[in-house]
Amino acid sequence: MTKNVSAHAVSLSRRKLLQASGIAAGGLLLATALPFSRRSYAEQYVNKGPEDAPLDTPTALGAFLRIGHDGQVTLISPKIEMGQGVQTGFAMMVAEELNVTLDQVRVQEAPPDEKLYGDKLLGFQATGGSSSTRSNWQPLREAAAAARLMLIQAAANQWGVSPEECRAENGKVIGPGNRELVYGALVDAAAKLPVPENVPLKKPEDYKVIGQPLRRLDTPGKVNGSAKFTIDLQLPGMKIATVNACPVVGGTLVSVDDSRARAVPGVRDVVKLDNAVAVIGDHMWAALKGLKALEIQWDMGPNAGIDSAQIERALHAAFDREGAIAAEAGDINKAIAGASSKIEAEYEMPFLAHATLEPMTCVAQVREDACELWVGTQVPVMAQQAAAKAAGLPPEKVIVNNQLIGGGFGRRLEADFIAQAAAIAKHVDYPIKLVWTREEDTAHDLYRPHYIDRFSAGLDANGMPVGWSHTIVGASVMARFAPAAVPPNGLDADAVEVSNKPIYKLPNLKVRYVPEAPKAILNSWWRGVGPLHGAYVMESFIDELAYAAKQDPVDYRMKLLGDHPRAQAVLKLAAEKANWSQKLPTGHGRGVAVQEVFGSYLATVVEMQVDAQNGIHITRLICVADCGEVTNPTSVHSQLEGGTMFGLSAALYNEITIKDGHVEQSNFHDYRQLRMSDAPPVETHIIPSHEVPGGIGEAGTAMIAPALVNALYAATGKRIRRLPVARAGYHVA
Amino acid sequence: MTRFTSIWGIVARTVLSSMAPIALALVASSAQAADQATIQRGEYLARAADCVACHLDENGGRPFAGGRGFKLPFGMLYSPNITPDKETGIGTWSDDDFVSAMQEGVGKDGKHYYPAFPYTSYTLMSRDDILAIKAYLFSLEPIKQPNKENDIGFPFNQRWGMMFWNMMFNPNERFEPDPSKSAEWNRGAYLVEGAGHCGECHTPRNIFQARDSSRNLGGAVIQGWKAYNISGDQKTGIGAWPDEALASYLSTGHAEGYGVAAGPMAEAVNHSLRFLTPEDIRAMVVYLKSVPSQPYGLMRPEPKELSADAPAKGNNPLGQKVFADACVSCHLWDGSGRQSTFAALRGLRTVNDPEATNLVQVLLGGDKLENPHGDHFMPGFARGYSNQELAAVTNFVLEHFGHARGEMTPEEIETRRHPE
Amino acid sequence: MLTLNINGADHQVDVPDDMPLLWVLRDVLGMTGTKYGCGIAQCGACTVHLDGTAVRACVLPVSNIAQGQKIVTIEAVGKSDLGKKVQDAWLEHEVVQCGYCQSGQIMSAVALLTQHPDAGDAEIDAGMSGNVCRCCTYTRIRGAIKSVSQA
Repeated sequence: MTKNVSAHAVSLSRRKLLQASGIAAGGLLLATALPFSRRSYAEQYVNKGPEDAPLDTPTALGAFLRIGHDGQVTLISPKIEMGQGVQTGFAMMVAEELNVTLDQVRVQEAPPDEKLYGDKLLGFQATGGSSSTRSNWQPLREAAAAARLMLIQAAANQWGVSPEECRAENGKVIGPGNRELVYGALVDAAAKLPVPENVPLKKPEDYKVIGQPLRRLDTPGKVNGSAKFTIDLQLPGMKIATVNACPVVGGTLVSVDDSRARAVPGVRDVVKLDNAVAVIGDHMWAALKGLKALEIQWDMGPNAGIDSAQIERALHAAFDREGAIAAEAGDINKAIAGASSKIEAEYEMPFLAHATLEPMTCVAQVREDACELWVGTQVPVMAQQAAAKAAGLPPEKVIVNNQLIGGGFGRRLEADFIAQAAAIAKHVDYPIKLVWTREEDTAHDLYRPHYIDRFSAGLDANGMPVGWSHTIVGASVMARFAPAAVPPNGLDADAVEVSNKPIYKLPNLKVRYVPEAPKAILNSWWRGVGPLHGAYVMESFIDELAYAAKQDPVDYRMKLLGDHPRAQAVLKLAAEKANWSQKLPTGHGRGVAVQEVFGSYLATVVEMQVDAQNGIHITRLICVADCGEVTNPTSVHSQLEGGTMFGLSAALYNEITIKDGHVEQSNFHDYRQLRMSDAPPVETHIIPSHEVPGGIGEAGTAMIAPALVNALYAATGKRIRRLPVARAGYHVA
Repeated sequence: MTRFTSIWGIVARTVLSSMAPIALALVASSAQAADQATIQRGEYLARAADCVACHLDENGGRPFAGGRGFKLPFGMLYSPNITPDKETGIGTWSDDDFVSAMQEGVGKDGKHYYPAFPYTSYTLMSRDDILAIKAYLFSLEPIKQPNKENDIGFPFNQRWGMMFWNMMFNPNERFEPDPSKSAEWNRGAYLVEGAGHCGECHTPRNIFQARDSSRNLGGAVIQGWKAYNISGDQKTGIGAWPDEALASYLSTGHAEGYGVAAGPMAEAVNHSLRFLTPEDIRAMVVYLKSVPSQPYGLMRPEPKELSADAPAKGNNPLGQKVFADACVSCHLWDGSGRQSTFAALRGLRTVNDPEATNLVQVLLGGDKLENPHGDHFMPGFARGYSNQELAAVTNFVLEHFGHARGEMTPEEIETRRHPE
Repeated sequence: MLTLNINGADHQVDVPDDMPLLWVLRDVLGMTGTKYGCGIAQCGACTVHLDGTAVRACVLPVSNIAQGQKIVTIEAVGKSDLGKKVQDAWLEHEVVQCGYCQSGQIMSAVALLTQHPDAGDAEIDAGMSGNVCRCCTYTRIRGAIKSVSQA
């Protein structure tokens, strides 16, 4: 199929056209959608709507790409940058196939547009689930390669030569006799050409950019303070809002005496919402002082009496329900009954807050006919819809200007704070910047579910598993987030990920999931998502089996990984790097975990010493990954290092608890995070591969907890079955 | 107790000998006429007497509506509603009712109060002053909030028993100025021993839970905190504190190199002392420095000259690590305070206490001082840090900033997490 | 009206006494490189220099700053040789992930290296543990500091 995007296309609905071809189609008015978009732009966009935007922008080469007359390549990134380096990776893919250097590519955030920018793995427009590279590896390179071919064709047409006689290099097309035309001079003509189909892509051996350890594009502004996160934006006339929401989920505002708050110098407005009160001031300090001066009466609602113990009892009680079968093979009852030994274990993972260092923040302006948002969000379409609902406008009247994110970790997959910002902004006639305090951020998160997992396994005479029964209880995030996406039996693919497709050979198997939504606490995705949970319980239990079988944990796994040579390879390399077979002194131990997570294979080894005072000294931490073709090895190493420690931080310290219906933690003193003095050096190794890329942003995070508790067991003989490790009295020494 | 020791002890003995009333900064007024000036004076005196500290439920309660719980050795007490609500407060009380409560510890219905209500100090206050407080309270919005039932076991729930206690321990006598002393001293005595009821915490109690006047202001342990010796003793009291330091401590909760208020004392500063006039603060300083020396308790450590750098890793690397992680951002390695001298640790009795009573309290529960130039806040680390970590950092602080050998154990931290 | 000397220039600000320097920088003067993270000096995102020493601006009331004290923020730390070196090392070592904490990390690192030009692991632990990085870029921060301290 080819499609001509010039003259006759104008009559088509732009959206339909784009649907028809991911890489063809029209130029959005993105060039002006900069963070500080002028109101005139907003008005134009809102009044005309994207459907009616002019199509024949000469430089339009696709939904993802634009090339200006100056040769500037602009990548419209369907994924937001939150430190994972994805936009640099995308720019590298584009640079590779377009034959330009990385510094010729500029990145711009995509607007909300499900059809153009929806993620094919996730099913909606979102940055999450370590899907970015996996979903865009093919289409982005194809878009760039198509653009290159069109530019070459345009030059060939101009010179009256065959495109085969021309080549693209460094932003130019070079033809016979070394004549040259820069891309900028070709874009008008190229844009009128049909978009080629079945675009051939470069072979790995021809890569010049992909696979190179390149510096990220977004970092210079982040070391000199010039990078603007949402919290840094300043609009003319903008005021600062901060908020106090009812401490209990489901509670409502009864009344508020704001007389003292309004008397605080610099306080401009106090806005009442159904379940929150916002104070708006000239600066955050005025707003904060105003907030403190409010006298608020809450109706705490039906959850006021809930505490952690009740929630845990309800989760335990859920095991009695049938739930949904996530995986079943062979005859589990027979297998376990006939086994020579049987092992059971129960694991528990706590609620976790995301604690992004940039707290929830959103700049919003609402007028009668339009709303404009400036916000770092992982879900621009949801942001648009949430703000529309709050502002009482149709979604197309809401402009979303996505921003750099100061830590996402899944928190910005939610639009609660965006809806709140729009609701507040609706009450005033100036733009507001809603900034949550750390306390608000900690206590009004949507938390990683509390999971309880029960296993029982039957082992044969050699200690190998013949039956494997696994029941998972925990909240279904999907059931809250998108109920329609959950099948009638309640099976949430995220809750059973890794567990439902064990990489180990387990002939008789039954995996059951019982969704149980706790009261008083909302649950959402947290960096590592399903695999974080799955890897912890699977790798803990398999470790217990290995010890029960009196076998070496690496050997034992290796025997069961026959169907997964890539898993065996990462495990082998990790064991080698860790000198696994070398004996350690008493009080020292090594623990291992290996899994396929996010389409990548990882093995993590922790080596530690535990002192007489329960102090953990992590002496080595090794992470080996086979994540397929690597775009930017620097980013992969960074993500493995940081992601592993991110998981370590939670595995060591974190747990959200509920008392009287509210979250007990409030800030970094009681919801503490890994610090420099805790941080072990992480050794990362990447196995070279030309397999399709796997996800890497969350992979390390998912692997560390089991490696940690397995090492603790090896060092002390104590098995931690409930996280965090600090609960059992351990600390980092 | 072998000898009768009235709770106001030494002071009362001294001042009672005087007969000539001295004009304090108090204005006489008709008990009936709750004019604006009286209400204002009453508000000031209610501050000085720190009524709100107790008559406010710290969990979202409203001022003077009561409901705050006090865990006492013999059960739970809850402060009552003292707003002028006729049903649940004191709206129907006569002047005499109110005065009787304040001076004799006997309420409107003849009910005897427990001396958690410091009437044994308030008894020194004049009827005029007490009625000014009443006028102020009656000028407030009535709040309908029923009182919580106390949970006191037998025999302590037999309130009539307090009658005998009062005969023993409540002199029920008013303050009489000592003509041999300055007006300032007398004003200070009135504030310290009467309205301010400092001795309620700072004077140790006898087996009958009455203050031991022979040890007036000599320091005591209350609610798990050390109320330090504030007698005039040069070493263990405040005798060696410069007047300005003591005045600063009283009015801001902070005197660099001498003390930082925390726990119940921080509450006293936040609710009461910081609102007093500089003249009254000076009067209290004059009086406190004259309080006969009580040579008991902790000595203030000589401030150490410390390096701005972390010490070489000694025998307590964990303590040093926790200090680096959680403490150094405010306190600095030399204990001079990074952003503010409110966080300065040098010269504090708290970092020189081998039992680490207040230090562990602050580490667990934090501290907050309200101040016109900004609130000073320290978070509590109980939830985020383990017993081992807190014991280690306690010992590090004691040895690094004080002269005490830290012997805090994780087991002891665990005990202090759950106070009786 | 207070006069604050920030990055070499005097700024007159009319703000409450108790207002922390952080909000004066960000919301009054528009210098947003210094970040808010916790408001209780537990994360270090707001670190700036006051007469060369690292301070947490979120708990530093402006009235505690004496006339003539010099404030340096991330916007100008690169004007000094050491500051520039540290920023370059950050890029060289690809330290940054989300980047939100890095202003504070760099300010702490520059203060540390000013005091200890030869900072090693112990000094880095003592001087950098007040700065939280939620992306956990600690390994690379340590590497970047060491690369400057050895230079």
